[in-house]
Amino acid sequence: MDEMQLPNAEQLLAELTGRIRPDVETTTALVGIHTGGVWLSQRLHQDLKLSLPLGALDVSFYRDDFDQIGLHPQVKPSDIPFKVEGSHIILIDDVLYTGRTIRAAINELFDYGRPASVRLAALVDRGGRELPIVAQYVGATLDLPSDKMLALEKSDNGKLSLSLYDKRRDNE
Amino acid sequence: MKKIIRSGRIIDPRSGTDAIMDVFIAAGKIVGLGESPHGFHANREIDASNMIVCPGLVDLSARLREPGFEYKATLESEMAAAVAGGITSLACPPDTDPVLDEPGLVEMLKHRARSLNQAHVYPVGALTQGLKGERLTEMAELRDAGCVAFGQSNMPLPNIRVMMQAMQYASTFGFVVWLRPQDMNLADGGVAHDGEVATRLGLPPVPVCAETVALANIILMTRETGARVHLCRISSAEGVAMIRAARQQGLPITCDVSANHIHLSEMDIGFFNSNCHLIPPLRALGDRDALRAGLLDGTIDAICSDHAPVDEDHKLLPFAEAEAGATGMELLLPLALKWGAEKKAPLAQVLAKITAEPARILGVEAGYLSLGATADLCIFDPEQYWKVEATALKSQGKNTPFLGMELPGRVKYTLINGNIVHEG
Amino acid sequence: MNNPQLNKNGELQHLLTTEGLSAAILLNILDTAESFVGVTERDVKKVPLLRGKSIFNLFFEPSTRTRTTFEIAAKRLSADVVNLNIAVSSQSKGETLLDTVNNLSAMHADMFVVRHSQSGAAHLIARHVRPEIHVINAGDGRHAHPTQGLLDVFTIRRYKPDFRNLRVAIVGDILHSRVARSQIHALTTLGVPEVRVIAPKTLLPSKVERLGVHVYHEMEHGLKDVDVLMMLRLQSERMLSARLPSTEEYFKYYGLTQERLALAKRDAIVLHPGPMNRGVEIDSAVADGKQSVILPQVTFGIAVRMAVMSILAGN
Repeated sequence: MDEMQLPNAEQLLAELTGRIRPDVETTTALVGIHTGGVWLSQRLHQDLKLSLPLGALDVSFYRDDFDQIGLHPQVKPSDIPFKVEGSHIILIDDVLYTGRTIRAAINELFDYGRPASVRLAALVDRGGRELPIVAQYVGATLDLPSDKMLALEKSDNGKLSLSLYDKRRDNE
Repeated sequence: MKKIIRSGRIIDPRSGTDAIMDVFIAAGKIVGLGESPHGFHANREIDASNMIVCPGLVDLSARLREPGFEYKATLESEMAAAVAGGITSLACPPDTDPVLDEPGLVEMLKHRARSLNQAHVYPVGALTQGLKGERLTEMAELRDAGCVAFGQSNMPLPNIRVMMQAMQYASTFGFVVWLRPQDMNLADGGVAHDGEVATRLGLPPVPVCAETVALANIILMTRETGARVHLCRISSAEGVAMIRAARQQGLPITCDVSANHIHLSEMDIGFFNSNCHLIPPLRALGDRDALRAGLLDGTIDAICSDHAPVDEDHKLLPFAEAEAGATGMELLLPLALKWGAEKKAPLAQVLAKITAEPARILGVEAGYLSLGATADLCIFDPEQYWKVEATALKSQGKNTPFLGMELPGRVKYTLINGNIVHEG
Repeated sequence: MNNPQLNKNGELQHLLTTEGLSAAILLNILDTAESFVGVTERDVKKVPLLRGKSIFNLFFEPSTRTRTTFEIAAKRLSADVVNLNIAVSSQSKGETLLDTVNNLSAMHADMFVVRHSQSGAAHLIARHVRPEIHVINAGDGRHAHPTQGLLDVFTIRRYKPDFRNLRVAIVGDILHSRVARSQIHALTTLGVPEVRVIAPKTLLPSKVERLGVHVYHEMEHGLKDVDVLMMLRLQSERMLSARLPSTEEYFKYYGLTQERLALAKRDAIVLHPGPMNRGVEIDSAVADGKQSVILPQVTFGIAVRMAVMSILAGN
């Protein structure tokens, strides 16, 4: 699939930022999902000049595939440095696929409190949903074969890019 | 029934015989060596080519678990194990239930053993009543019932005055006192050698000084009373050095070691392997090496199996709670051969440690192979290796640290009074 | 010899001792525990990770305190917890250790947390349980108490992240202490260059230096320039034997007072596995002082046990 042309991640991020911008209010909070979602949320948080501090979630403790694959080897701490109760949260993920990661993230978020609303932004929506989940903000929609894994990567200078890999195991 | 054992290599440590020749047996005795007696017609021929024919083995410590511990093993199972190991004479310690401290019990055991027509059983009588270390047994009566010596097995003699008097009394009749040197207070609660492994595993320790302090007392009391003493199951390098010194001074002391201890050390406990829970504890590698050297230079006279079959329920417990001991009679010959091969000891010397020497300590007519001798023989293939596993053992006890190992020397035939009692 | 703690993929199957585990495995437990510290600070202190799993606390030796920390950890992972104080039930009816374990396995246990007075009990159970069951050693005799050792190094790392320059002193009854053994193995594996033990000779096991520690008999020398002091509990029954004359004399020569603490580095921290004997091994002023991290140890203990349980259950 090397011949397939993947979109430029930096360009998609700029488009995504533009789509979110009109909806931003003082009560809007961003929460990135590890690891790609956290990179994106850092950039969004900066560009959108949000007042509430940035949150990060590692959904390892909420995944539904624990019985199949066990605990993720490098769990990172989740950090929600604002009051979830009553806040308007936008979850940020790099690639939206089955929707299971988002399900886990919403569950985890609710263990911090009851938000007023939760919306979802994803850099790429590659379809293949297994749960009734829809992103309100999408950078691009791609149709990819199910044996491929799409991943966001960050270079040393901070530039984001998309790469396609052969899938080794069944996760997003 | 007359038999010929053809073409075997005959090794008799006592006479120094080492030659390939035929053995002729009639009426339970050896009637010819090399040359056929006039007009000899055998009913059975045994082909012993490429095998070694030696005196039947003599084991200084084999627990048959009768009476009292039939759930661990029975006389039938253990007597079968003895002959499967080439053992034709064995001494059994008095730690049965009830303890061998009454002539009636000794006679009963001798009678039961004789009825099986297998190895000759020589009971070691209890030195004190109930092995409690307080009052003496009727040693002379027990001797008349068949006891060949008196000891405490693994039970302590807490009172040194009792030890002195027991030795004085025994020496009055010329009886040999068998003692395993261990100070009960220093060893109290201990289950493993006081060293690196016990420290790592957090096992209650038995320090070397538990052996050497007791040994010092025994040596002093031997000098004091003139008693003949046999020291059982020496375990430490320092202990070997003390015995060597005492023997050089001419004290009437003999000494044995268990076949386990000349090969294993504390390291073999690994992750709490309860098959390595032994009495005395497996000690450091340096101790093991000193035991191997002491055996070679004659400080240690004999190797015994220290056979102690334990049922699985009593081994499947945390290390300290698991019952100590290992099944051993079927491993005595292989482990002696392994020691000999590793120390490059002549085969005659190796076999002496499990035939002539233990027979001398017991004071019985056994452990030699010459014209006119009782035909108690062991015929084995020294080149055949076999794997120690539960199914390969006749003993009811399957507990041994050597499980899974390949050992040299498989017994092919065991003869007692000229009868074939085991064919392997 | 196979490490009985690892499965055929080299992953942690049981946690029986900190000895023989790689630094990578220990660090993974510590790193995972960091994430659980966050969970325990939330309003909802619970994650659904072990939902539907059954964890049996098998305490053959009573210990409300340790049992409670495992119980809290399991409940915060949403596991079902069954507490069994076997010291007072089946063992007295002659049931063997393995009988008890087999009976409980038949009740579809996923994990056993075992406390036993005999060294090696957890190894024995691990060797005989069905392969899908995980065993955590919650203290066996004098041998090991790995979750305590791990929570201690976790606590140290929180305050002194660079293990390569640490000097740690463990003070007290090393001989009888499973905690000390687990601490020593964890610290040396994680690269702490100098671990000291300080005790009178009657409270040190033989060849203790083979564990990779430096031996001191006097606090005045042993505490000099240390970064971390790990105090051990002194059981009162030691005074009944001939190992020590009195608690008073012990406190005078081995108790941790402010004056003695001043021998260590200025920013040294003080740990204690609890429960403390104030005035025996540690002075109240030190236990409650600003260098004490004894209460954080308890908090971190929950996170470390959650980490161990979730790593094992996932392997």
